[in-house]
Amino acid sequence: MYADLIHFFTVNWLGQAIVILAECLLVTVPLLIAVAYMTYADRKIWASIQLRRGPNVVGPFGLLQPFADGLKLVLKETIVPSSANTVLFLIAPMITFMTALIAWAVIPFNDGWVIANINVGILYLFAISSLGVYGIIIAGWASNSKYAFLGALRSAAQMVSYEVSIGFVLVTVLLCVGSLNLTKIVLAQSGWFWDWFWLPLLPMFVIFFVSALAETNRTPFDLPMSEAELVQGFQTEYSSMPFALFFLGEYANMILLSAMGAVLFLGGWMSPIPYAPFTWIPGLVWFVLKIALLLFVFSWSKGTLPRYRYDQLMRLGWKVFLPVSLGWLVLTAAVLQFGGWLPGK
Amino acid sequence: MVLQAIAFYVFAFITMASGAMVVTSRNPIYSVLFLILAFFNAAALFLLLGAEFIAMILVIVYVGAVAVLFLFVVMMLDIKITALREGFLKYFPIGALIGAALLAEILFALGVFGSGSTTITALDRAGARVGTMENTRAIGQVLYTQYFYLFQAAGAVLLVAMIGAIVLTLRRRPGVRRQRIGEQLFRPKDQTITVVKVPTRGGVS
Repeated sequence: MYADLIHFFTVNWLGQAIVILAECLLVTVPLLIAVAYMTYADRKIWASIQLRRGPNVVGPFGLLQPFADGLKLVLKETIVPSSANTVLFLIAPMITFMTALIAWAVIPFNDGWVIANINVGILYLFAISSLGVYGIIIAGWASNSKYAFLGALRSAAQMVSYEVSIGFVLVTVLLCVGSLNLTKIVLAQSGWFWDWFWLPLLPMFVIFFVSALAETNRTPFDLPMSEAELVQGFQTEYSSMPFALFFLGEYANMILLSAMGAVLFLGGWMSPIPYAPFTWIPGLVWFVLKIALLLFVFSWSKGTLPRYRYDQLMRLGWKVFLPVSLGWLVLTAAVLQFGGWLPGK
Repeated sequence: MVLQAIAFYVFAFITMASGAMVVTSRNPIYSVLFLILAFFNAAALFLLLGAEFIAMILVIVYVGAVAVLFLFVVMMLDIKITALREGFLKYFPIGALIGAALLAEILFALGVFGSGSTTITALDRAGARVGTMENTRAIGQVLYTQYFYLFQAAGAVLLVAMIGAIVLTLRRRPGVRRQRIGEQLFRPKDQTITVVKVPTRGGVS
């Protein structure tokens, strides 16, 4: 009986399909709940930065606030502007949401806890994160509105610029690991917390995080949606469920980039101190804590920093981050080659 | 095996169909979006071949960067598709000629005309060198050893093209006020900021 079950789920194609579906649900459902509570945490953090209370009415400590918001968005009427391109207008938020979700297929939550342990995991992540821009640019064009269109153009230019330096950061990390597999990247960082890549590659970690802020259109790089001059930019014409999809996609992307940061620089599921009481705590908990730490910095910078001017944003991307990351890449390669530390020999 | 064959025909069909749509669709934005669809399906075909590195690079470079810029430019230009259609017959022979030349090159490389194919033997040699290596590593091995000079030459060509593009578009306008960040950063602290200790919940008077 038991052996039959194992056979069904490992050999039979129907059983395998069920297993894959279950795995996807196991990742997606907690992720969406995390997104809901990320919005709550965000608002609470900004509130305490500004000496306010934040959401505190719905449920104990306002804990049911995200669900109330979600319900409100679902119940509202979906308005499609009469001059908009209806098909593209509705596809755009779906693209944003979908690209934010499918990237999670390769993220390792613990040793072996990954839906698809592919050889080119890091390239897959990079490819998917470069697709996020389509949702925004299509939304901006399909809305047929000046604000939305300007927001979309800004976003396209910004994301393409910062992707270049993210690419160099990823190459530096994979030079140190000798593999593009995310599980191997985490395993290469085993040891104390100063053995993780954030310390030897500190400038790259900073560049990665700032570029992540730019990739997710968050403050201080939220020019595509800047409410002051563009009235929320590409989201201007959106309401109800399509708006909710954009919103969820944006937060899921933030969590994704934090997860990338945790895998690449903060040792993934590794415990910071490789000894008994700390290693008893499951790897998943460490991984979630690391993501939460990076997400806190996301909220913190939104509560603290003023918005960049557009030319300053481009200058930072092309004239500062690109040369610095390229230089650090060459330096890392040289040190690994001549120091004899090159992995995978 | 059957599943792979089905997948191949589905991806190949969508690639061809969206390729046709790129040329025939009335709206240039739709053309670019169909082009992106074609890139995606080509990437899927590479995945079926087991060339996961090429597939990912195709998505990163073409979908993630090149097509974004296409879309960017096409959206900003107010293109009238009827105006584009006017010259169709005039340009058709040139287009057909280029297409035929490309097809002939592919067939030649595959060795259809001659007895043996130089490309295939070169590929076999490269394959013998890398064996059953993981394919990212294999590409690196071949690219940086066997084809090192060609690879560097390709890089140099791209660099020249990039510098050319910058030189062509660079223009200096007199009288533009620029931010000089270096100067700003080198000002001493006492000239630029005043530090005020604000008591929590006290505010500044």
